[in-house]
Amino acid sequence: MNYLHNIGTYFLMIVEMFRKPTKWSVMKQLILKDIDDLIIGSLGIVAFISFFVGGVITIQTALNIDNPLIPKYLVGFATRQSIILEFAPTFMSIIMAGKVGSFITSSIGTMRVTEQIDALEVMGINSLNYLVFPKFISMLLYPFVISIAMFLGILGGMAACVYGGFSTLEDYIVGIQNDFETFHVIYAFIKTFVFAFILATIPSFHGYYMKGGALEVGKASTTSFVWTSVVIILLNYLLTQMLLS
Amino acid sequence: MIEVNNLHKSFGDTEVLKGISTSFEKGKTNLIIGQSGSGKTVFLKCLLGLFDYEEGTIAYDGKVFSQLSEDEKRNIRAEIGMVFQGSALFDSMTIAQNVMFPLQMFTKQSKSEMEERVDFVLKRVNLDNAHKKMPSEASGGMQKRVAIARAIVNNPKYLFCDEPNSGLDPKTAIVIDNLIQEITDEYQITTVINSHDMNSVMEIGEKIVFLKNGLKAWEGSNKTIFKTDNGVVTDFVYSSNLFKKVRKMYLDENS
Repeated sequence: MNYLHNIGTYFLMIVEMFRKPTKWSVMKQLILKDIDDLIIGSLGIVAFISFFVGGVITIQTALNIDNPLIPKYLVGFATRQSIILEFAPTFMSIIMAGKVGSFITSSIGTMRVTEQIDALEVMGINSLNYLVFPKFISMLLYPFVISIAMFLGILGGMAACVYGGFSTLEDYIVGIQNDFETFHVIYAFIKTFVFAFILATIPSFHGYYMKGGALEVGKASTTSFVWTSVVIILLNYLLTQMLLS
Repeated sequence: MIEVNNLHKSFGDTEVLKGISTSFEKGKTNLIIGQSGSGKTVFLKCLLGLFDYEEGTIAYDGKVFSQLSEDEKRNIRAEIGMVFQGSALFDSMTIAQNVMFPLQMFTKQSKSEMEERVDFVLKRVNLDNAHKKMPSEASGGMQKRVAIARAIVNNPKYLFCDEPNSGLDPKTAIVIDNLIQEITDEYQITTVINSHDMNSVMEIGEKIVFLKNGLKAWEGSNKTIFKTDNGVVTDFVYSSNLFKKVRKMYLDENS
């Protein structure tokens, strides 16, 4: 029953988020701040992880292809497919659930604990619109982060492939261009938009409706990460089933 | 003026407010006192509209809050200033930005007009040079004064304070009490303070409502509280030897 209650509250929160909008001059500042915190602030870790994971995917693919009949360009092809279809949109979103999700839950949760949300409500401000809506808008730029993850993942793979001596640069480039399907990129970006919505709203829900003190803020951040990851994995399966099968 | 009539509030099976009726007058510092768990905070949050209640009415200058439209409720809320127990300043804003916030949200003033008003209000609470500080860099007393400045910046008709002296040293507590009383008098605000600080009760309690177990046990002022023989009130207010002596001196002097 508690799960059903929470799911209902989550959807009511989403409806409430769009009601009684905050003054545009204030909202604009909030959106810019959240873009800085959530998007720009994530670029470093996304770039670092993407580059090296791209390299690891390439090395593992190359090491598992020991049949001389399999062309060398397959390393580039497999790296591209892994990164565009799964690594960049899905696994990067799980990582972002830890980074961005925990930040959102703890910042909103701290505002709840220190009565800052009550202060907004007393002033007659729709606190859900004030706090969650700018995060939702700024996360619309999340596909930009994933594009960078895709690019750097493939670039990292190329570096590992060439400098590790697994195949030539030409083979790798032929591989990443081989059998390219635009729909795979569209599929990846559809997933990215859905995950962006999840990343903005589920952590906000856990922060906004938390009860207790500082210890509970920590617990809420952990719970938020778990549920955001679970929902991303489930939706990943459903979207893949709907769009690719 | 705020009028409360037969207010009932429960959490599950536990009835916290059991039918409170009272009124808080304009231009006076009205204090709600009582032991921890007596329902003070719940009562205050009902007055602020943060909690819904099952029965009863709260009227702001004759307008019954529960019967108003959403827009009318928002208009009343815009006339409320609130000082929270922990100050509730926005961590991500400087002190000046905190004070300017209600003006940005509810007025169409230009930036220079808002800055002028913020300067005036911060000067009023004796914080002339704290504009650029972050709340975390301010002491407890300073944070309380910033909270008061934020509460009064938009000329509210009603000022609510939840334990404004908690965590403050006695000297700073008196400064805060006096500031609240001066502001109430100067701007003719209806001020409601939730407190269990007996110094505040004696100093600024122009009207005192004593709550016990969710009921109004006594109502009076800092003048009449010395004379009351209501056992529930005297047990609470004169629980310390110091206040017992003060009361005895007062009664001796006035007998």
